Amino acid sequence: MKDDTRALASYRRGVVAVGVVTLLIGAQALAATPPTIGIKEFKYGPSILTVPVGTTVTWVNHDEEPHTVTSGTGAFSSAGLVNDDTFVQTFTKPGTYQYFCAIHPYMKGTLVVK
Amino acid sequence: MDRIDRRGFLECMAWAGTGVVWIAAGGVLSSRLITDASAADAAAGSFTFVQISDTHIGFKGEANKDAAATLQQVVDRVNGLRPAPAFVLHTGDQTHGQKAGAFDTVAEILKTVKTERIFYVPGEHDVFLDGGKEYLARYGKGTVDDRGWQSFDYKGTHFVGLVNVLKYKGEGMGSLGDEQLEWLEKDVAPLSSSTPIVVFSHVPLWAVYPQWGWTTEDAERALVSLRRFGSTTVLNGHIHQVLRKVEGNISFHTAMSTAFPQPAPGSAPAPGPMKIPEEQARRMIGVTEVAYVPGKHPLAVVDSTLG
Repeated sequence: MKDDTRALASYRRGVVAVGVVTLLIGAQALAATPPTIGIKEFKYGPSILTVPVGTTVTWVNHDEEPHTVTSGTGAFSSAGLVNDDTFVQTFTKPGTYQYFCAIHPYMKGTLVVK
Repeated sequence: MDRIDRRGFLECMAWAGTGVVWIAAGGVLSSRLITDASAADAAAGSFTFVQISDTHIGFKGEANKDAAATLQQVVDRVNGLRPAPAFVLHTGDQTHGQKAGAFDTVAEILKTVKTERIFYVPGEHDVFLDGGKEYLARYGKGTVDDRGWQSFDYKGTHFVGLVNVLKYKGEGMGSLGDEQLEWLEKDVAPLSSSTPIVVFSHVPLWAVYPQWGWTTEDAERALVSLRRFGSTTVLNGHIHQVLRKVEGNISFHTAMSTAFPQPAPGSAPAPGPMKIPEEQARRMIGVTEVAYVPGKHPLAVVDSTLG
């Protein structure tokens, strides 16, 4: 009976350990693939994205037409992106960042950093 | 230039891209394909000029792998014109998104055009990165306050180059701005109403398709100051296809690109380069002949494409 209890406790510790490892792997996987916002047919996708503070966000322009990722407040600004060029920006301060394309100002996106 | 038959000519034009030759004779403007202007058109007192638009040097896409090569082919055609054009108008988007070195490439290629002078107005692709700093450093000299807009007279015709890409508003429409509009009003005020006027700018000065930004939001004020003239011709680029409209004595034309076509207004989810094979794209560059007669006569337009 005692052996059975020990075995059960050991099993439970094992389950907890596996769970912790899974969480760690999950966190590493998240860190390894930072969020990407695609630009296609003159639209940011997703046009609204929420990320935790410290996240590095990548924009990729899939159009043959150049686009930019330009903050409405001047907080950040990409060069002209074209043919799968990327723009990478790390967000260390919480806030709501509105951005647009300087060549096509009707293209608008929002990044929420929490 | 060697004589070639119509079919051969169309085939050449289809892969060479296009430019438009404008012929002024006695205040009457008409346009011909660049290969079609012959000595027969050179009546006494007339002159020709060429409009080149949307060269987009730096563009590399499905519709055109080498925008510099198609521009060079257009230049070669212009250089075959007899008589040579008095001057050339470039109606903007020299570069594709101000790609590094693109302005130099355009200058290098256009240096070989056999003409007296080339006049420029900017497209949004030429100015969006730096607010027009590089463009104006290259082409601002001799324009009004070095700001890019300008006017000049040639054999009795008054030409006005306007800048409508430096003040993009929220919806991405072209905009001239109060200072330029005031200058325009003063510029044309002393002219007799019988003076033929040619206005050139990048974004159309008429509402082609505002949903895609294909219009200039404050163009109406400019047009008000031009309505009293018996003959006004407005030449634009930006939309990479030929569209035309007549409004009273004002005739509007948009030019084809030398690089790639864009979709017809509203026919695609978004504007931008059409993703089609080069061969098909070059057929779409097509051929246009426009005859303009001042007064109440309608435009005579002939568009020819392969296919």
